[in-house]
Amino acid sequence: MIMSKGRKAYQVVINIIMIFVTLCMILPLLLLFMSSITEESTLIVNGYSFFPEKFSLGAYAYIMQNSATIFRAYGITIVVTVVGTSLSLILASLTAFPLSLKNLPGRSVLSFVVFFTMLFSGGLVPSYIMWTTVFNVRNTIFAYIFPNFLLGAFNIILLRTFFTTSIPVDIYEAAEIDGATYPLIYWKIVLPLGKPILVTIGLFTGLTYWNDWTNGLYYINKSDMLSIQALLNRMIQDIQALLANSTANSGALLQIPQVSIRMAIAFVAILPILIVYPFLQKYFASGIMLGAVKG
Amino acid sequence: MNEKKKKGAARIKQFIPLYFMLIPGFTYLFINNYIPMAGIVVAFKKYNVNDGLFFSPWNGLDNFQYLFGTQDAALIIRNTLLYNVVFIIVNNVVGIMLAIFISDVLNQRLKKLYQSSILLPFLISIVVVSYIVFALLSQENGMMNNTILPLFGKEPIKWYNDPTWWPLILVITNCWKGVGYGTLIYIAAIAGIDLSFYEAAELDGASKWQQITKITLPCLIPSIITLLIMNVGRIFASDFGLFYQVPQNSGSLFSVTQTIDTYVYRALTAAGGIGRSSAAGVFQSVVGFTLVMLSNWIVRKVSAENAIF
Repeated sequence: MIMSKGRKAYQVVINIIMIFVTLCMILPLLLLFMSSITEESTLIVNGYSFFPEKFSLGAYAYIMQNSATIFRAYGITIVVTVVGTSLSLILASLTAFPLSLKNLPGRSVLSFVVFFTMLFSGGLVPSYIMWTTVFNVRNTIFAYIFPNFLLGAFNIILLRTFFTTSIPVDIYEAAEIDGATYPLIYWKIVLPLGKPILVTIGLFTGLTYWNDWTNGLYYINKSDMLSIQALLNRMIQDIQALLANSTANSGALLQIPQVSIRMAIAFVAILPILIVYPFLQKYFASGIMLGAVKG
Repeated sequence: MNEKKKKGAARIKQFIPLYFMLIPGFTYLFINNYIPMAGIVVAFKKYNVNDGLFFSPWNGLDNFQYLFGTQDAALIIRNTLLYNVVFIIVNNVVGIMLAIFISDVLNQRLKKLYQSSILLPFLISIVVVSYIVFALLSQENGMMNNTILPLFGKEPIKWYNDPTWWPLILVITNCWKGVGYGTLIYIAAIAGIDLSFYEAAELDGASKWQQITKITLPCLIPSIITLLIMNVGRIFASDFGLFYQVPQNSGSLFSVTQTIDTYVYRALTAAGGIGRSSAAGVFQSVVGFTLVMLSNWIVRKVSAENAIF
């Protein structure tokens, strides 16, 4: 295809703009990484920079050798993400399937009960009081999983819409004639057919759990129960959070490469996302579209 | 007759497993959402731990009188509203521009690269974002004070103590983190525009600028309205992470970083602050609910198919 001069110029201009934008998106992450591999004394003299004078893996070596706190925090985040996401998918699909059946008596009232939670919320104070006094989640792993994120009306509605629109009623009828009960239909038909949307929703739920720091802020004050995001949150003001339960003395504090290690831990926290993103990009994009289509 | 009754009973019986499937999800919603909704009564009470959420003594509107008697109320409402308005404008304008550019890129590889990189910040936790901002703005080690400002012969700035720049910093941070979301939606909307419009325009000798203003933008209006109204419904809610985490909870910045959500949290954790905290929370919930209903009512008038309910 031959392009006119004007069109060629336009292509050049938009590509230059977009390369600039792309750099703006990626460079801050690169700064984070470069800061984490800069030698500590260089950091203290020159500050964080893209082009450090001296490199060092000291921060990462410190993480590998010294800090049980970081490993435990990482472990807590992994457990919370896996358990939270699985539970969430089970609950959401179990709730969405009956609501997707048009002949279910009471369907519209039940759907409204789900939907109303999107319109009105009691806010932080009552739910904080409830989770801490009635359910005593403080300083337990449940504090990360249960409050707020386990099941959202939005996911139920997305799933319900998907089940109604893309699973033909004939399939249900055929299954019923064959004597299949609803739980069996859910297990053998609905879940397998709903796989694409379950993957998308699961991805976003997993991301929410992985990135959440608020439940850690509200409900956790024991340093050996911190998730990786909660640890980062604590560390930004108080590097001693790293020393956690240990018999923290000033000697141990001095050994920490204080300036670079913050960035190293932050980078370790986003590493899994950076690794899986290229492969799962399609699902992230389709998830955003889903959200836009239905409110 | 008997036969029919039997059939009806069988029909109901067949639904029973379905209701059982609903139990776990509804139990969770009841606990996580509905009990706290009832719990807003705490805003009208003098809460104490022993009597709990529902049995503490009433104190009428005292909490609200206290909240609105301070200057905090006006400040947090102003900050929440102003930031949201600016965020909506900036993110949508930038999002539409980027979506138009990306859609026009002919090189498919580059196009994909642009699309992926623009969404990347969206996936990163706000805590990590605050670390990146810290790498730029830290008083002693930040890149601004150590590298960039000296380059222009400027004095270092105590970023975390000086409110001057924070409105700009927060707007840029929010745009960096969130613009990819809107951009992707607008790219999809542009992909849905009938290509023959552009072909006809081309034949008539329309310039690229004319094509954008006369075809692309008008075709995007429905998406723009939907996104706008969705955002307006949430205008009374602020991103807690952005306002709490990115300024690193710095007290000297409160005049420009305190929003309703940060206020609710800070008051909740302050001694004796639970009254004003819950009052602010209830105020936010009620106004937020009104705005959602109102904006949806407007959408239904404007374009019924875009209404959320």
